[in-house]
Amino acid sequence: MGIKKRKLLGLALMAAMVSPWSLPGPATAEVFELDSVKNLYEGVSFDHDMHIEITGEDCTACHHHTAGTAPVDPLCVTCHANSPEADDPSCKSCHAKDVFDADNMKKNWDTPLLHHRNKPGLKAAYHRNCLGCHEEIGAPTGCTDCHAMTEVGEKFYNTGKYAPEPTAAGQGGGHH
Amino acid sequence: MKRLNRRSFLKGGLASGVTAAAVTGSVGKADAAGDFGGYPDSMGVLVDLTKCIGCRTCEAACNKEQNLPAPDKPFTDMSVHDEVRHGGLPRRTSEKAYTVVNKYEVEGREHPLFRKVQCNHCQEPGCLTSCFVNAYTKTPEGAVIYDPKVCVGCRTCMIACPFYIPAYSYSSPINPVVKKCIMCYDTRLKFGRPPACVEACPQQVMTFGKRKDLIDLAHKTIKSRPSLYLDHVYGEKEVGGTSWMYLTSQDAPFGEIGFDTHLGKQPIINYVKEFLAIVPMVLTIWPALFTGFHLLATRKEAKKNDESVS
Ligand code: SF4
Ligand code: SF4
Ligand code: SF4
Repeated sequence: MGIKKRKLLGLALMAAMVSPWSLPGPATAEVFELDSVKNLYEGVSFDHDMHIEITGEDCTACHHHTAGTAPVDPLCVTCHANSPEADDPSCKSCHAKDVFDADNMKKNWDTPLLHHRNKPGLKAAYHRNCLGCHEEIGAPTGCTDCHAMTEVGEKFYNTGKYAPEPTAAGQGGGHH
Repeated sequence: MKRLNRRSFLKGGLASGVTAAAVTGSVGKADAAGDFGGYPDSMGVLVDLTKCIGCRTCEAACNKEQNLPAPDKPFTDMSVHDEVRHGGLPRRTSEKAYTVVNKYEVEGREHPLFRKVQCNHCQEPGCLTSCFVNAYTKTPEGAVIYDPKVCVGCRTCMIACPFYIPAYSYSSPINPVVKKCIMCYDTRLKFGRPPACVEACPQQVMTFGKRKDLIDLAHKTIKSRPSLYLDHVYGEKEVGGTSWMYLTSQDAPFGEIGFDTHLGKQPIINYVKEFLAIVPMVLTIWPALFTGFHLLATRKEAKKNDESVS
């Protein structure tokens, strides 16, 4: 792994700026902004170092088999027991931001024998990956615990300054 | 109980509208819904209930996409999960909300399970077959849509739907019209795009694709984690199949999270057909009668409009 040529892209680039010569091991020493899917909410300020510490330097806890550590999930082990570290182990290098794009959907359904057919998009990958652990260890799980809602979000969720006027009838709804 | 009521309703001839339309031979409809089994390439949605966190983002997305009125409470208000209607039932879809997310506390489970409710876009829809003015259409893309201009607001479809979906708008007292999820047909499905709720979900609880591919995927998903998933794809067979299908976890079987597990595999129309076999021909005069009612209603409406214009 030490002599493996790494593409200094994305996260790796940041790592390189901090300590260009220490190759293996945790890749970044940064707090960075996960903001490629921001819209209803601001991006998330993500402390990678802190998460490395919390997981006991077990990259697999989040990176499945792409960080050069062996997967534990028996489902993944079947194929990825010896998978090398990925050139770019960042979430977005595998989980498409625009997972519902026509091209992406076409590729997804029309590639014969594709195993990861419903691989979550970037937004879902973040939420599924983070929320599971957060719930387990009592870390924050509320939406605004991790990212502040934008004004677009307030409008979308009819909240904040777009909250409905409280009505005398409470929640009518007109159910019959 | 309810199921029996519905069936006896359809069988018992109270649904004169049903009888009428079918006896006169609404050929198109019989073809479209009889033994037809759905369009081969129609689209669907596979809902993995094990992944839903009850955040209601899908509800907000639907509200915006369908231009529905502002909600009574913000979509960030989670107290709606604890709202109950009469009979202790959770929220249902309404003319103001084509989809709602309900919470189920299942015994023996640490966490509640959330379930998104909307029209299931049946392969052979009870709403469509029961509608005597043919307001409904099952499109080749899979959506069950309706023409509000044709709907007379008789509520037959509300009774025929096995999932209690159609609701009515009473904004006009003379002409209440059906309101329900249309799988975002006009704005998205028609163009090959997934529904707004599907795309907005932060957990990607829903997968959009061809129904037949989704059935495949559903069984593969179950097989991949047999200790997590219940080995049942709800909607694959129920009432002749639905475009929206569901996976749940073993510790929250469908019967305990608000799904009717006694619906059987027969499309609702088959109960109608059974009944039709015993209907005397004399009932063929009924459509005329109903058309009369309809004309009357629309004339009245038209007149009213005329008056308001002049
Ligand atoms: S948006 Fe997704 S996770 Fe949130 S309630 Fe709807 S289906 Fe569940
Ligand atoms: S779920 Fe109900 S309203 Fe939707 S298509 Fe089926 S019968 Fe019609
Ligand atoms: S498919 Fe469209 S209309 Fe139906 S619940 Fe989802 S957003 Fe609403």
